[in-house]
Amino acid sequence: MHIAEGVLPPVILASCAALSAGGVFIGLKKLDSENLMTTAILSASFFVASLIHIPIGPVSGHLILNGLLGLLLGWVAFPAILIALTLQAILFQFGGITSLGVNTLNMALPPVICFYIFRPMFTKGTFSLRMAAFLCGMTAVALSALLTSGTLALGGDNFLNSAKILLASSVPVMIIEGLISAVIVTFLAKVSPQVFPFTIVSPAQTTTPQATPSTTTE
Amino acid sequence: MALESFAEGTSPFHTMDAAAKIAAATIFSVCTAMLTTIPAAAVALIAGSTLLFIAQLPARILLRRLVFVNIFIGFLWLTLPVSTAGTPLFSWGGFTVTREGVDITLLITLKSNAIITAFIALLATSEVTDIGAGLAKLRVPQKLSLLFLFTWRYLHVILEEYKRLSTAATLRGFVPKTNSHTYKTYANLIAMVLIKSHDRAERVSNAMKLRGFTGTFHSLHRLPARKADTIVASVIGVTGVALLAADYFQLMELL
Repeated sequence: MHIAEGVLPPVILASCAALSAGGVFIGLKKLDSENLMTTAILSASFFVASLIHIPIGPVSGHLILNGLLGLLLGWVAFPAILIALTLQAILFQFGGITSLGVNTLNMALPPVICFYIFRPMFTKGTFSLRMAAFLCGMTAVALSALLTSGTLALGGDNFLNSAKILLASSVPVMIIEGLISAVIVTFLAKVSPQVFPFTIVSPAQTTTPQATPSTTTE
Repeated sequence: MALESFAEGTSPFHTMDAAAKIAAATIFSVCTAMLTTIPAAAVALIAGSTLLFIAQLPARILLRRLVFVNIFIGFLWLTLPVSTAGTPLFSWGGFTVTREGVDITLLITLKSNAIITAFIALLATSEVTDIGAGLAKLRVPQKLSLLFLFTWRYLHVILEEYKRLSTAATLRGFVPKTNSHTYKTYANLIAMVLIKSHDRAERVSNAMKLRGFTGTFHSLHRLPARKADTIVASVIGVTGVALLAADYFQLMELL
């Protein structure tokens, strides 16, 4: 879901770049030498995820995982995604300098929105862990697809058809992202909960506490 | 997988200072993105291709990369000519291709390729670590250039880890298909990669703090700024600005 160079009019490119710069600025404020390493790791993971091609019927799509990134990083997702996209531009020429702003905005704003919507759900335990993670992964990709086709449609009425096709084609990706995010988050919560910078409360925990090992020893 | 496909070479661009190249590429890209006429965009593409020619990159990988970048453009060729209102060129099966539609798609194709060719010639010819140092030189916020360097460092670690686990899965007879088993396997694999990388990040972070890391990174190898680099960068930058000026004042029509 990269918008290529030279497609959008300068006004849109400039305003998106300004908005992205704002997001990156806020993200950098929240970034310190403590969480620099974790951010770099997640930024690199975001890059690697985009190299993993997953079969969807006859075609294949690559993973995005920006929902997960938002959940773990919040506003810091902006600089993390900016870096990953810059590396993609340098190494593979997916996007470039002038479209970096719009691509960063489209990919990094949804994770920040998901951070605000879904992190409270995880800490309060509104939904089951799997459901919340599924919704988080799906929403992030859905919003990214909406934003990408939205900015494309802003380019002029004649871009409208392209935008619609782009949006429709990303529906299967959304569902698969949701599924994969759900499995990843449940796995992480089970195996290594310290990865999350917050404590996860799942509604299942209150009914059947994590005491299964101790009951067997009794 | 070699990620830096074009970084090795002996052309003038391979030895040029990364900061100068970033500046030149940025100015050229921004100016080209603002062009509005086909002749100006064509000249920009010629300029970009010239840079690419000077960079002397391996032709096969280069061609594959350019084709890949043009897939999105090809997608626009399918939709834009028929969905733009204007004077019809020809009709076929209910779709009408308009002159305006073809013009705007052609303009986008030329601009996009001009920017990409210049970008490959200038930036893909640097090693990523040099670009990181170049960014720091250009007064990019230090946290950002640090994040850039560390991300690049860990990218390889994570990629190795992922490849190791994916080889292990293949050896156990895993064949990716469209089913939930495939998605679950991938998800567990990625989660495992994340956990291992997270642990490693923690260890490295502690080790760095023990060695007195406070947020500044002292680079040992520093290329001195050369006058020739500044001149080359200025020439490329001025070409971009001149094209934009010619486009704005419609000088191309005088030719």
